[in-house]
Amino acid sequence: MCLAVPGKIVTIVQEEHLGLRRGKVDFGGIRKEVCLDYTPEARVGDYVLVHVGFALSVVDEQEAQRVFEALRQLDQLDELSENGT
Amino acid sequence: MKFLEEYRDYGAVRQMAQAIRRCTTRPWTLMEVCGGQTHTIVKTGLQDLMPEEITLVHGPGCPVCVTPLEMIDRAVAIAQRSEVILCSFGDMLRVPGSTQSLFDAKAVGADVRIVYSPLDALQLARSNPQREVVFFAVGFETTAPANAMAVWKAARKGIPNFSMLVSHVLVPPAMEAILSSPDCRVQAFLAAGHVCMVMGFEEYLPISRKYRVPIVVTGFEPLDLLEGVQMVVAQLESGRADVENQYARAVRRSGNRPAQERIAEVFEVTRRAWRGIGEIPSSGLRLREAYRRFDAESRFAVEIRHVEESNECIAGLVLQGLRKPYECPAFGTRCTPDTPLGAPMVSSEGACAAYFHFGRRKEDGNPIVPSATAGH
Amino acid sequence: MATLSCPLPRPATDRILLAHGGGGRLTNQLIESVFLPAFSNAALESRHDGAMLSADGARLAMTTDTYVVDPLVFPGGTIGDLAVNGTVNDLAMCGARPLALSAGFLLEEGLSIETLRTIVAAMREAARVAKVPIVTGDTKVVDKGKGDGLFLNTTGIGVVVAPHPVGPESVRPGDAVLVSGDLGAHGIAILSVRSGLEFEGEVKSDTAPVWPAVEALLEAGIDVHCLRDLTRGGLSSALNEIATVARLRITVEEALIPVSDVVRGACELLGLDPLYVANEGRFVAFVPERDAGRTLEILRSHTVSAGAVRAGIVYENPAGIVTLRSRVGGNRVLDMLSGEQLPRIC
Repeated sequence: MCLAVPGKIVTIVQEEHLGLRRGKVDFGGIRKEVCLDYTPEARVGDYVLVHVGFALSVVDEQEAQRVFEALRQLDQLDELSENGT
Repeated sequence: MKFLEEYRDYGAVRQMAQAIRRCTTRPWTLMEVCGGQTHTIVKTGLQDLMPEEITLVHGPGCPVCVTPLEMIDRAVAIAQRSEVILCSFGDMLRVPGSTQSLFDAKAVGADVRIVYSPLDALQLARSNPQREVVFFAVGFETTAPANAMAVWKAARKGIPNFSMLVSHVLVPPAMEAILSSPDCRVQAFLAAGHVCMVMGFEEYLPISRKYRVPIVVTGFEPLDLLEGVQMVVAQLESGRADVENQYARAVRRSGNRPAQERIAEVFEVTRRAWRGIGEIPSSGLRLREAYRRFDAESRFAVEIRHVEESNECIAGLVLQGLRKPYECPAFGTRCTPDTPLGAPMVSSEGACAAYFHFGRRKEDGNPIVPSATAGH
Repeated sequence: MATLSCPLPRPATDRILLAHGGGGRLTNQLIESVFLPAFSNAALESRHDGAMLSADGARLAMTTDTYVVDPLVFPGGTIGDLAVNGTVNDLAMCGARPLALSAGFLLEEGLSIETLRTIVAAMREAARVAKVPIVTGDTKVVDKGKGDGLFLNTTGIGVVVAPHPVGPESVRPGDAVLVSGDLGAHGIAILSVRSGLEFEGEVKSDTAPVWPAVEALLEAGIDVHCLRDLTRGGLSSALNEIATVARLRITVEEALIPVSDVVRGACELLGLDPLYVANEGRFVAFVPERDAGRTLEILRSHTVSAGAVRAGIVYENPAGIVTLRSRVGGNRVLDMLSGEQLPRIC
């Protein structure tokens, strides 16, 4: 199942009773309150993937770039082969 | 939107499509498991960008489509009780049971409400102590942590008027059921990225080994899906069969531990009937004994007629990827989104609905969607 | 052929469903199966936003609309604004300058008079901005529990200024398809305050009168073929209706269709497609290709259509469908909605 959307944590609140963590997450200008209990390592400023009001994963920003680096290299290879022949 | 729109970039997508074309030398049949992936593929016309040798079949990763008829009938019967507020995700509302859908029930007075999160349903229970709030918990592993938390909170905070109608299903048993079918033509899988975000992908290693199929954990955006296809094809072309992770920005090998712990605390594995496929052992979740008091099935005794699900119903063949929607004799004629014969035509990411809405209607499989510059 | 043993059931077609009001396929079915056969006449059958009438040589347009919205007051407006602007806009879509409006109020017992005052004040302001008087009206009260607070009907009469008929029948292959601005603001503004789906964000309804922009096009002598305001069912429904009546194919480019960041964010969050989300101050215009550039210039010089862009083109075949080229270059059919678009999690 499917729809998990990336958003940036803007604030974090620790509830007293039951000690649960909630946060305001920003999705391109829309803000929604999200339960952060499943991402105890998440900090303000991190991007999390949110599904039905729960953050389930912190986005690994380095990994997120990987595919674009790979494509850039492919591009350079293409250029080389075009120019080199 | 960051970490979303970059994966829809035209240039990057084209480049990846080229990379696929360069490494494809033979026909291959791949299955993407998750309905959300099917949705993206059909909505963006992604098949147009892939070489003809690649056939994508759409798997049963639509929990809405596989929810048994009886479960929907149960939800409708419960919703019809005057003290009940039945809360559900939007996806489930239009799926017909044996006589009506939740939407139909709402039209004649049942209090059925759409919520974004199970916690919204819990909140409704707190603000309406004189009503019974029932949450229709349909989903794969991705939604289980949220549903587990709702019940866990209800228990800790003492909210007795809240209960859950559970229809959770698990992906790996479904993949095994497909792979063990003698008609199986699927040579590799794009595994459901968000399910793996929760559960990790270790449970796919034995499956990959046993059936010698590549399994690549894949995301949901066009670039993710194409990269997943590229990784799968690279494996197939070189005769490998491993589990790889395309969606590494979201998925870790061991998944989300706190979520898994909460799921294990609240739920236990059970057998489940999959609409159109039949019963698959150890393929679902139900509430544990300690939380059974929040189980709507036990709380509300409702009369449910047992309706036989025929094994010949083509919805099952579609869900297993053995037929394309347009190969069904009723597709687009007797069976349309307005007059659905099966759940895959009603659910927004059911394969039949996707094919119908997004234009792949001809029986010969050719889209009636002309390219933007053609058709004068 | 073996009978299909799918145990599935037809949905109840003997009762009105909420989806019948969604503006999509079911609404059209209702119109076609119940209303058109009963009231058949040429003006009605053109299925355009307003009816064209002539009286002693004067060309008039008439339109009516009933407004049902929950909540009555939302970011960017009230049901009152919708009722005035919506009807003014329907007249504008016929190429008609609004002359006068009537207003019928169906009030639910228990509605706060303060709320009523707010709505009436909004109507007065909207009417002032649109330069149209509300000349007659009616009020009824229904029992508590039967009304959603308030239902509002406005009927409008206008003077047709466009020299040629403006409607789907005038659309031609090769016409440029222009959209007057960014999509989805109204629908998302409503959702942002609807319980169960609330979120914070700067999304205001785009309700506004569009006649000034249309008038400018007509005064400049643009050969406007068709105009359609985008309401329930969004851009997709409007284009589908036009393609069906005109028996032509309309193609749009996803990358060209403007959607603000916040609307996009909300749509992503709720699993909605902006092409199906309601608008209240946006319209689509079909003009000959040679007029497209000038049309955009004129539209962009008016606030209500400052964000106007070219979105697509009309072809001959296959007739009656709308296709979309996605941002990544694949193609699909932009189908009519079956019922209401529901938020999804899958």
